Amino acid sequence: MTSSASTHSEQSFWQKYIFSTDHKVIALQYFFTGVMMAVVGAFLVYVFRMQLAFPGKEVLGFGVVSSGEYNALVTNHGTIMIFWVAMPMLIATFGNYLIPLMVGCDDMVFPRLNRLSFQIFFLSALVMLASFFVPGGAFGGAWTAYPPLSTDPNYSLTPAGSTFWVLAVALEFVAFLIGGINFITTAMNSRAPGMKMFDIPIIVWMIVIASILFMASVGPLIAGAVMLLFDQLLGVGFYDPSKGGDPILWQHLFWFFGHPEVYVVLLPALGIVAEILTVFSRKKLFGYKTVLYTTIATGVLSFFVWAHHQFVAGIDPRMANVFTVTTILISIPIAELCFVYIATLYKGSIEFTTPMLFALAFMAEFLIGGVTGIFLGSSGSDIYFHDTSFVVAHFHYTFFPISIIAVFAGVYYWYPKMFGRKMSETLGKIHFWGTIISFNLIMIPLFYLGAAGQHRRVYNYEHFSELSKPYLQDLRVFATVSMIVMLVFQVPFFYNFIMSLFRGEKAGKNPWKANTLEWTTVSPPPHGNFAEFPKVYRPPYEYSVPGRKLDYWPQNEKA
Amino acid sequence: MSFAQPMATRRSSTGISTGKLAVWWVIVSEIVIFGGLLVSYILYRLYHDQWSSEAAHTSLIAGSINTFILLTSSLFVVLSHRAIEDKDPQKAFKYLWYTIFGGLGFLVVKSIEWTGEITHGFVMTKSLFWAFYYTAAGLHALHVIAGIIIMAIISFDIKKNKNLQRVEYIGNYWHFVDIVWIFLFPLLYIAK
Amino acid sequence: MMELIIEQASSFASDIDFIILVIVILGGFWLFVAEFVFFYFLYKYRRSNNPKAAYITGEKHSEKKWIHWPHYMVIACDIFIIFFAIKAWYNVKQDLPPADDTVRIVGQQWAWTFVHSGPDKQLGTFDDITTVDELHLKKGLVYHFKLESKDVLHSFSVPVFRLKQDAVPGRVITGWFKPTKSGTFDVQCAEMCGIGHGAMAAKVHIHTDSDYTYWENKQTKGHAQKKLNQQTANLANNKSGDL
Repeated sequence: MTSSASTHSEQSFWQKYIFSTDHKVIALQYFFTGVMMAVVGAFLVYVFRMQLAFPGKEVLGFGVVSSGEYNALVTNHGTIMIFWVAMPMLIATFGNYLIPLMVGCDDMVFPRLNRLSFQIFFLSALVMLASFFVPGGAFGGAWTAYPPLSTDPNYSLTPAGSTFWVLAVALEFVAFLIGGINFITTAMNSRAPGMKMFDIPIIVWMIVIASILFMASVGPLIAGAVMLLFDQLLGVGFYDPSKGGDPILWQHLFWFFGHPEVYVVLLPALGIVAEILTVFSRKKLFGYKTVLYTTIATGVLSFFVWAHHQFVAGIDPRMANVFTVTTILISIPIAELCFVYIATLYKGSIEFTTPMLFALAFMAEFLIGGVTGIFLGSSGSDIYFHDTSFVVAHFHYTFFPISIIAVFAGVYYWYPKMFGRKMSETLGKIHFWGTIISFNLIMIPLFYLGAAGQHRRVYNYEHFSELSKPYLQDLRVFATVSMIVMLVFQVPFFYNFIMSLFRGEKAGKNPWKANTLEWTTVSPPPHGNFAEFPKVYRPPYEYSVPGRKLDYWPQNEKA
Repeated sequence: MSFAQPMATRRSSTGISTGKLAVWWVIVSEIVIFGGLLVSYILYRLYHDQWSSEAAHTSLIAGSINTFILLTSSLFVVLSHRAIEDKDPQKAFKYLWYTIFGGLGFLVVKSIEWTGEITHGFVMTKSLFWAFYYTAAGLHALHVIAGIIIMAIISFDIKKNKNLQRVEYIGNYWHFVDIVWIFLFPLLYIAK
Repeated sequence: MMELIIEQASSFASDIDFIILVIVILGGFWLFVAEFVFFYFLYKYRRSNNPKAAYITGEKHSEKKWIHWPHYMVIACDIFIIFFAIKAWYNVKQDLPPADDTVRIVGQQWAWTFVHSGPDKQLGTFDDITTVDELHLKKGLVYHFKLESKDVLHSFSVPVFRLKQDAVPGRVITGWFKPTKSGTFDVQCAEMCGIGHGAMAAKVHIHTDSDYTYWENKQTKGHAQKKLNQQTANLANNKSGDL
């Protein structure tokens, strides 16, 4: 059966790159938008960490940071990194690029809807960036946007900024809801003949389950965001106690989404890591079904833990006991996933390529993130740690592996497929060590500072005698300097990425000798993906099968 | 350049058509949106006994007429689907337009209802009950409008004997819009 | 262990520090084991040392048991942690020992107002002492606090007490603490509340018995003088007033 590749006529630049409906082009559109927003997010953290290290001093490239500006910087750093970096890179880039290729078809089932989802996403990014330039400045009420601060401009002092922020986030939600329809339906229905449920690569499952989680959790928050907008713009009192409303309602709606959201981004990262671990240890994924069922269990459980973000928020103290039980218990399937991934390495034959290094770093760092979460899930200890830098360190030890380390792993791994050339291993390793070492040097001080009582979202600790001790300030400076070092080490990555487009070693179809279907076609794949659509004969991780000459066995190869 | 449908859209590994699957997932995501809004409303309502004095001013007559209209229009969309299965797209076109007229009728009744309420001072800012009333019913009305537009587009396709399978899909969506109203009606009109 | 980083100044601080220690030990143990096994595998099975990988599906029972047994042990540790977490939480947030005294705490953009009960030990009477950004307490007494907010969400946080409670507008939230160490310590706001959030610093002064009485008298002198002035004014105007 031939594909439609040969029937597409010559397209103009606009049709090919800007208004394309091809899933690969749309994937890269999401990717480059995500990269640009990551640069913005990095600039924001550079500025506010410089303020923390050298309070009151002019920051190169920004000026003196006022307390209001500080709040806007931390608010939008968090918001941008989660919604405009993590989600587009993990779900929309890899989901869009890989799902049709890995299930063996020529595009997503609804290519025009796919294009629409990117356009809405791009619009949402513009609205978010515009919020910095409106009168009153960008919203500064934390990425959690708790009312009444976020609804009443008399309190926030950012009337337009608050509304732009909500609109940007709402548009992003719509974009991902639409995108999710494509991912789920394509994976469910467009599979190659012979690809049964347990023959689907884990990353595809992960992105599909993540899309379902997103879909099921974001609804109440969309309703909540509409209510927030009405409070902001019409003076209605959904969250205003003086009008009969309740600020805590927003918190419940927000976190009912907010907690599953972290699994929405974790799952694709786990998928990327699974693909890379298996290829570079030449070993079958340990317990494919275990991985799948534990992931689904985690997804379901994730709907029952949300109020651990609200232990001290004024909820009924008895409720806290329920949520501490569910939260500590959710660590069980996650621990199982970690054990199973480690077991995949057992008796493997491990090659430390750059993508493998990043995939391994994901595991080592995420373990720290997971364990430190227990201090926060346990209600008793959370009374102390809530709103301290300890929380910041915990979620960076989870979010950084998810949205940065795993994304780098995926980029280095699939770059040859996307662009037909390999990236430089030397530059990759420099980038790797520079990023990982400095990341730890930023975050470990934050655990200590949080334990010492340092609270979040404070622009200057000189007001607090217990926190302005010199050795604590030294830790803040150390973390800031490490962050600058980490940002500098991204230069080799950018240079490598661009240079390899022109001078990288030519890749061929399957440079990594992997099994999944994307490696059976030309690099980069043409419009329509496959000259002949593949059939599938086996599961995706048949590496080092005894008795066979080659240590890999592509899914589409007849016996 | 005309858009060429990829082969992916025609495959069906599950045996269910892709369009039907997609509409079901859309409905799932919408259920959670309305669910979140309505659960919030119910929790507030339980907490605020005094809302019943506000709720007394919703028009049970308008609500009942609209319930009847929507249920009837759902019947018509079922008949339209039946006509497609009987291989009679022209009949399906006719029933689809009866459904659309039902939707339009719903909107007309709602406009009259809301005009009356607004001129009597029952606006969104009067009390949180009215804020929920207009938000929930307004969100629902937006979905009615979207449904009407999509139904009209599909009707012109089926007149040309194209995309007949979409009548079932928009029918499912319309039933969902109906069911949301079945929840709204007692919550906003009957609970007094 | 936490006392090495930050002092304990309340009766329940040790409960909280205990659950933290439990998690450090159990969590630390599992982290160490997982990372050790992980890095050991990377070392032992690097390609130069193990050129041919094994074929292991992870579906056989003999293979799965290596996952199941650690799994059950993790569950046991979790139950242990849950028990002590709830115990600490109960002591701070659900239990409410009888009050020796009460303070009213009001958060607003961007300061803390404290209303002390004064010599009559009753809140809401004329001899209440209102201060801004300084809370005065007597060591060893059980205090109830009534926490409010005038505008947005704030959060009353005293790290040395290991105490934190969000202040929600439209509500009065009750809690308790018992200071156990004299001295002056930081109070922070632990919920983003606008541009002055980072400057919403206050101090809690924990006094010995005599020091507290001294402080109280210094504040109430003002009250007594006020009352005297009012009575003088009433007499001068021939109004019948309190005597």
